[in-house]
Amino acid sequence: MRRTFINHLTELAKENKNIFLLVGDVGYNVVEKFENHFPDRFLNVGVAEQNMTSIAAGLASEGYHVFTYSIANFPTFRCAEQIRNDVDYHNLPVTVVSVGGGVGYGSLGYSHHAIQDYGLIRMMPNFKIASPGDLNEVIGVLNYLTSNPQPSYLRLGINNENKYTVNKKNIVPGKWYPLPSNKGREDVVLSTGTSLKWVMNNIERFKNKDIFTLPLWGIGEKKKQRAISRKFSSIITVEDHLYDCGFGSWLKESLNISGTNRSIQSLALPIEATNMVSSEENILKKMKIYN
Amino acid sequence: MSDKVIKKLANKIRLDLLKMIFNSKSSHIGSSLSIVDLLVVLYGKKIIKFNPNKPNLSDRDIFILSKGHAAAALYAVLANVGYFSKKKLLEYGSNNSNFMAHVSHKVPGVEFSTGSLGHGLPIACGLAVAKKRKKLPNYIYVINSDGEMAEGSNWEAILFASHHKLDNLILIIDYNKLQSFGSVENTLGIEPMKDKFLSFGWNVYEVDGHNYNSIEQALFNCKASKGKPKCIIANTLKGKGISFMENKVEWHYKNPNKSEFDLAVKELTL
Repeated sequence: MRRTFINHLTELAKENKNIFLLVGDVGYNVVEKFENHFPDRFLNVGVAEQNMTSIAAGLASEGYHVFTYSIANFPTFRCAEQIRNDVDYHNLPVTVVSVGGGVGYGSLGYSHHAIQDYGLIRMMPNFKIASPGDLNEVIGVLNYLTSNPQPSYLRLGINNENKYTVNKKNIVPGKWYPLPSNKGREDVVLSTGTSLKWVMNNIERFKNKDIFTLPLWGIGEKKKQRAISRKFSSIITVEDHLYDCGFGSWLKESLNISGTNRSIQSLALPIEATNMVSSEENILKKMKIYN
Repeated sequence: MSDKVIKKLANKIRLDLLKMIFNSKSSHIGSSLSIVDLLVVLYGKKIIKFNPNKPNLSDRDIFILSKGHAAAALYAVLANVGYFSKKKLLEYGSNNSNFMAHVSHKVPGVEFSTGSLGHGLPIACGLAVAKKRKKLPNYIYVINSDGEMAEGSNWEAILFASHHKLDNLILIIDYNKLQSFGSVENTLGIEPMKDKFLSFGWNVYEVDGHNYNSIEQALFNCKASKGKPKCIIANTLKGKGISFMENKVEWHYKNPNKSEFDLAVKELTL
């Protein structure tokens, strides 16, 4: 996913002269493509995520659309206040990019497990969360974000080089996208982010259900969810994130706010996952159903 | 602008901020009084390139008050140099006002909201990089408090500014040597501050932060030197200008009562 991200960002930056990439000393052998093409719109700020995020706010206030690039929780939790005060409050076009959303860095342990990041970012009033499920959605959300510069979080998985969805030139915030294999069923699975890979690897569990993705969401998209969800009898949300304050919780809040008391099940990680050191596949086996 | 005129402006601003803080029953009068003379040189002597009639002019310098708790001083200065009517200052700290008691970017002339310490200098680094990449000749000015220098994010920015030779960045440290609970020395000592900045690769100037000529000269020196970011260590007095508040830690939070207010007004209007 990260290579697709850099390749497409580099292509977009050829036309869009405002795109600026900051990296927090990660991305070796990946980000060089952008740096080589646009040395005047690239900086490695060093291992200093607080500074990186505030620098991004400063650059953005001068007209740049800045991407801050790091891994796991480093570009989010380490600099949460800079995201809140400097980026979100000033409503500046900064896209925080994290590689390794979920438990892609499973064996590296808790410090590298980004399983609370939705909870943090979805509290930011101006932020959009872009969580692509496959390579096509990486392209689609990037097209949207660069056409609509605003505070945003791009959560990229590792070990996910698949294409499950169809090409979407532009992704619409809050919209659910069906997989091509869907058959118009009323029982559906709604996945966000790289947990789509887990859904596809465990497709026998969902054999009588259609699969949808929701690659772009946030506080601003809550109101749209009632009309969309009304079409379906049952919904199972899937995420590689803790259940608490995650994607499924977001959808449930959205529907309750809108006055619908629809029952939704969520497949998400339990608190016990915070003590696991294992492969992504093994940790995701611990996902539980939350009613 | 002569020293006599600038002193008169400083007194007006001290009187304005006293009224704002007294009326709103808010804090940080000592911190606000501490930076008035720095602000009147920057704005009153037009060291900063600004135009209140065109606040978003691309060819402008940018000022960030990182010690956002001294908002009253900045608002009073911005009103006095023409960004908005002085009547607006009466809204300070009141319900539903944009004039919140920590610096707000919703107030004309304010570039960035602050309040949580350690944000202004890193943002300024981004602005300084942007001005350089766009080949714009503008300067970025930041005022930090001395207690604020305990924030680690400042030191990330200090390293960064030096590494990238951000000579369009001028940091002024309001070194009144008192923070909210007591002295900087007893809380988390910062000395030798000048040596720290020199070793991080900055040019450093030390001045009396209430001497207009010294402040102005240091700012000229900052602009004249190339290749490094610049720091002015401004030795100031917390509560400067109101005798019974000077160098008293309690005036970080304390709000003047009516008799203290009257006494302060009398001192400032002598």
